Amino acid sequence: MLTSRAYDGGEGRTGGTVAMTAPPNTGFPEDETSDGTSELRAHFDETLDHGRRIEPRDWMPDAYRSTMVRQIAQHAHSEIIGMQPEGNWITRAPSLRRKAILIAKVQDEAGHGMYLYSAAETLGADRADLTAKLIGGRQKYSSIFNYPTLTYADVGVIGWLVDGAAICNQVPLCRSSYGPYARAMIRICKEESFHQRQGYELLMTMMRGSAAQRAMVQDATNRFWWPSLMMFGPPDDQSPNTAQSMAWGIKRHTNDELRQRFVDMTVPQADKLGVTLPDEELRWNPERGHYDFGPVDWAEFTAVIKGYGPCNAQRIARRQAAHDEGAWVRGAAAAHAAKHAARRDAA
Amino acid sequence: MTEDEFTAYQSLSEETEDHRWAFGTGFTDPLEGIDASVPPGVDAQALGAYCLMLGDDALIYSHRLQQWMTRMPELEEETALANVALDLLGQARMLLARAGLAEGAGRQEDQLAFFRDEHEFRNVLLAERQDADFAELAGRLLIFSAWRLALFGRLAASADPVLAAIAAKSVQELAYHRDYAAQWVIRLGDGTPLSHGKMQAALGAIWPLVAELFQPDPVTAALPAVAADPAGVRAEVDAVLDTVLAAATLERPDVAPLARVAGRSGRDGVHTEAFGYLLAELQSVARAHPDATW
Amino acid sequence: MTEPQVRSGWPLYEVFLRGKRGLNHVHVGSLHAADPQMALRHARDLYTRRNEGVSIWVVAARDITASSPDEKDPFFAPSGDKIYRHPTFYEIPDDVPHM
Repeated sequence: MLTSRAYDGGEGRTGGTVAMTAPPNTGFPEDETSDGTSELRAHFDETLDHGRRIEPRDWMPDAYRSTMVRQIAQHAHSEIIGMQPEGNWITRAPSLRRKAILIAKVQDEAGHGMYLYSAAETLGADRADLTAKLIGGRQKYSSIFNYPTLTYADVGVIGWLVDGAAICNQVPLCRSSYGPYARAMIRICKEESFHQRQGYELLMTMMRGSAAQRAMVQDATNRFWWPSLMMFGPPDDQSPNTAQSMAWGIKRHTNDELRQRFVDMTVPQADKLGVTLPDEELRWNPERGHYDFGPVDWAEFTAVIKGYGPCNAQRIARRQAAHDEGAWVRGAAAAHAAKHAARRDAA
Repeated sequence: MTEDEFTAYQSLSEETEDHRWAFGTGFTDPLEGIDASVPPGVDAQALGAYCLMLGDDALIYSHRLQQWMTRMPELEEETALANVALDLLGQARMLLARAGLAEGAGRQEDQLAFFRDEHEFRNVLLAERQDADFAELAGRLLIFSAWRLALFGRLAASADPVLAAIAAKSVQELAYHRDYAAQWVIRLGDGTPLSHGKMQAALGAIWPLVAELFQPDPVTAALPAVAADPAGVRAEVDAVLDTVLAAATLERPDVAPLARVAGRSGRDGVHTEAFGYLLAELQSVARAHPDATW
Repeated sequence: MTEPQVRSGWPLYEVFLRGKRGLNHVHVGSLHAADPQMALRHARDLYTRRNEGVSIWVVAARDITASSPDEKDPFFAPSGDKIYRHPTFYEIPDDVPHM
């Protein structure tokens, strides 16, 4: 069961912010062990102040380490779980070229998950343990993947809106204070640029197609617009740990800043596609220099991250089944490797 | 926040001529720029039917592998599996395109993939079999890729230059697939007692479909310098399988081949009951919008 | 000779690549595999997308000994400390030839 209490917000497709493991009212947790710590702490702070990166062997506060593990892990989980809603349409893709594109995209997502688990492991985490936390509901993934993909147009809309929202989160994360995470994000961003174009191009093709195709795109947009806005997490005034995350270079922008940026970029793209975004309050505000938009249904968001979303149970069940049913395979490979190592040593 | 941080995203709205979006997906037309005329003296209809046979094998096999995505036993295996599925899909696209050009009725890859009915598909039954577990996935892929690699090794010298080119490109991929599958059969066969039992049982379940791979058929017979004789690769394939099974401490199953239906099987368009469901899934969206462009 | 412990988990391998135009292998990340051959194959799938002509090294993480680049911190042993989990990815300066 996913609890909202531990959840800080800001969960772009690729992570965004992360829940602090310390309860909110303790402020900034310190390691009060010995005098040597304060010198290391000063060095850590100085590294961050100069915009340099923290690397795996550097000293870091326990709270920074645990926060970073959780953020990177949840980002990784999002990539892996994200394979499912899109993977749902591979076997039914209506052209062989689209099928190949979608297989490659879902394959990329597996790769991104592995890059991120790899980064988390540099902090002392263990991938099997992180997987157990995901399956057990103790770590989360982006809420957007708890929504169903009901038509083929959803594939395009996920590419356009969901990957688009992810980019808004990801590009700043390329400057994360933690080196392995920043480097993983740079690699991921390069590959993701393909994915956005693919999704949008599919939608452009469909919008220039039949009435049924156009209706399918509009319907998919209607279902994914608001959940995409929710990907940036709760409003800033409900995100108490943002300040610490920003001070530590874990988070570079607030939830509301990123959400506004996403809206501003997406509205012209929707216009170009010829789809209507399902928000009657959406309009350009010349005084602010931004688009005004309507209220997000935070009750739906809360329900989804608590575990009551349309697809939460099936996403986890699929991941769990693959993991559990694969145990004998992993065990066999390990046994085989051990046998052959022993034979080699005995020779 | 700087403008240039969002360049990748903003460029979505820009017009572009580049049709190659995804990594590894190649051009819109799989045989773009290639002279696909049928060589003199070669039966064009038979050539078309032959390319459909090999193309359907790959298309349907890829479909069964796609059904395993998000179900693999470890994340690294997801990447490997997707590679095999993509390779076979790519081979299918080229072969179906070549088939359409040879038969000369204007049918393209998508028309052939999505708008033929069950009895018009020419794949062997091994290709359409659903893997009940990972042992079956590994065992079936070992047999299929060893066989296909042997065939395509012969086809690299085909009198049809297009088929020869497709084969030459595919051989490297198929060697990779065969190696991947072989390593897994060995790990499972010579792993734990549990995995050994499952791997042996998997072979037993699959083996009745092996004989069909080496059966002569009239289409192949009508293309003496073009097609690869399936009976002619049996010894080579047997040698590969025997080597792998020995390393895996597995026994070659002693089971009878599956009987035919009034003498007909996959190459004749007579498939398993599961095939109808497979095609329903594969073709459903395309058929719901028969005149749409995707 | 004692029987090796069989763990059902796959150990961590670090991956190093040298591209066609590269002069040295560069650390690109890690993955899990049951044995070195599997690690090599997975590295090719995951980190090179099967590009030919790329040289791949995979090393079990447990076999890597690393120093801390930040030699100032007194809490860590001097170079040669056995790594807990991962080597440090530290940059080779541009002016070091043939590294």
